[in-house]
Amino acid sequence: MAAAGLSRIAAVRLAAAVLLLAAWEAASWSGLFYRGVLPSVVQIGAALGGLLSDPAFWRHLGTTAMEVAGALAIGGSLGIAAGVLVGGGRLARRAYEPALHDLAPTPKIVFLPILIALFGVGPSSKVAMGALSCFFPVALSVASGMALVDPVHLRVARSFGLSRLRTLRSVHLPSLVRPMVTGLRLGLGVAVIGCLLSEIKLSNRGLGFLAIQFYGQFRIPEMYAVLIVVFALAGFGNLLFARIQPRGQAESKGETP
Amino acid sequence: MKGPALLAATVLALGLAWQGATAMGWLDPFTVPPPDEILASLPQLVTDEDLARRFATTFLEAFAAALLAVAVGVPLGLLLHRSRLAGAAFEPWVAGIAAAPLVLLYPLFLVLVGRNLGTIVLMGAVAGLPAMVLKTKEGFDGTRPVLLHVAKSYGFGGRQVFWKVLLPSAVPTLANGVRLALVFALINIVGVEFLVNFGGLGQLIADLSDRYELAAMYGAVLFVILVSTCFFVLTERVERWLRPA
Repeated sequence: MAAAGLSRIAAVRLAAAVLLLAAWEAASWSGLFYRGVLPSVVQIGAALGGLLSDPAFWRHLGTTAMEVAGALAIGGSLGIAAGVLVGGGRLARRAYEPALHDLAPTPKIVFLPILIALFGVGPSSKVAMGALSCFFPVALSVASGMALVDPVHLRVARSFGLSRLRTLRSVHLPSLVRPMVTGLRLGLGVAVIGCLLSEIKLSNRGLGFLAIQFYGQFRIPEMYAVLIVVFALAGFGNLLFARIQPRGQAESKGETP
Repeated sequence: MKGPALLAATVLALGLAWQGATAMGWLDPFTVPPPDEILASLPQLVTDEDLARRFATTFLEAFAAALLAVAVGVPLGLLLHRSRLAGAAFEPWVAGIAAAPLVLLYPLFLVLVGRNLGTIVLMGAVAGLPAMVLKTKEGFDGTRPVLLHVAKSYGFGGRQVFWKVLLPSAVPTLANGVRLALVFALINIVGVEFLVNFGGLGQLIADLSDRYELAAMYGAVLFVILVSTCFFVLTERVERWLRPA
């Protein structure tokens, strides 16, 4: 029964996917859109093949991957530190958590000109943009994680006379793993957006640059191919984090980007 | 009351430290203008840069986009609620789309629609749509079964059940969906305005940075962040007011 239900779901999904592709193809041939704007699926597939066999593409991918990794490392560790500080005391939480919460969903990309003034037009400004985006979900998640530390554990730590640092390491840290992973997962998504958007706006390398370069040259199938790769990678990263996320974790909080 | 006071004190201290660092020559005023210059540039934003009109443009775009997201998202969400098969098949898809970096699709809309308000509004609508679909389904799915039983025992027809039971009980979650759609639309609209250099507040920042009017650019960034923060807080209040206690 369950298996039959599952296969029906798979059938519906397959039908929907085929229908969507057919609709795209029909729109592409219909002549309703400006020529070349909706290339045929075959053309996009060919462009994707061409892209994946081009060493330049892999260089751009490498640049973007390095930027996102840097953003995740910097924004993530700053976010964890801020989350621990903000979530650590009742007064600090009352003062700063609402500010973090309200600032989290603001459009970070408007900081790009400032970051370019500070870090130049190269990859470092992209890393900074990604780090800024990544900071908020991590900080929020960790701060609320600090609030959820079992008070009994804290009392035990106090009765054993543990120092503050030792308490942080032995009591808080283990219970913070979960919010950290959740925060980093959300952070990865917004870091990808931050890095790619700033590449699109101003740069000479990276996948964002590649997409907007293809757009500028009206190589539309190639542009779609880059977007497909970006979405596939973002989805894959999200799945990866979902895997390492400890089980039974409720869904995220904090709206991004 | 102590929390907000501490926050205000922190902001003030940071601002003074910033000002002091510039005065001591630790910060280069040509990359980081001091706060007094940024504040002094704010009136100029209103008088020379049409701040009010840009503000109205951006928010009208956001409302139009959210309206579009609601108009498309609510029927889709209802469909996913009504048909159990469709719900099981496509809810994970919609959730996947919601987590995807949708704003990166904007070159696609540039190609399809052109560099105009249409692209900006559509981009905002696309950003808000998945949340609206998911929240609609969640809202209708969450109706307490006992209410449906009562309605049935009173002999309510399908339409009556919808208007008298399902819809009222879904309103708080729907309101949450509308708020999310508005928030996502606004974020993405400001971003796209900045990227394509067209439209309201986002374009102002791109423009000021192109003209290298540094203090005014910092001022505009500050303004955008302040305005969007106020907007989130306000919509949150409205949403809370709609939720039964």
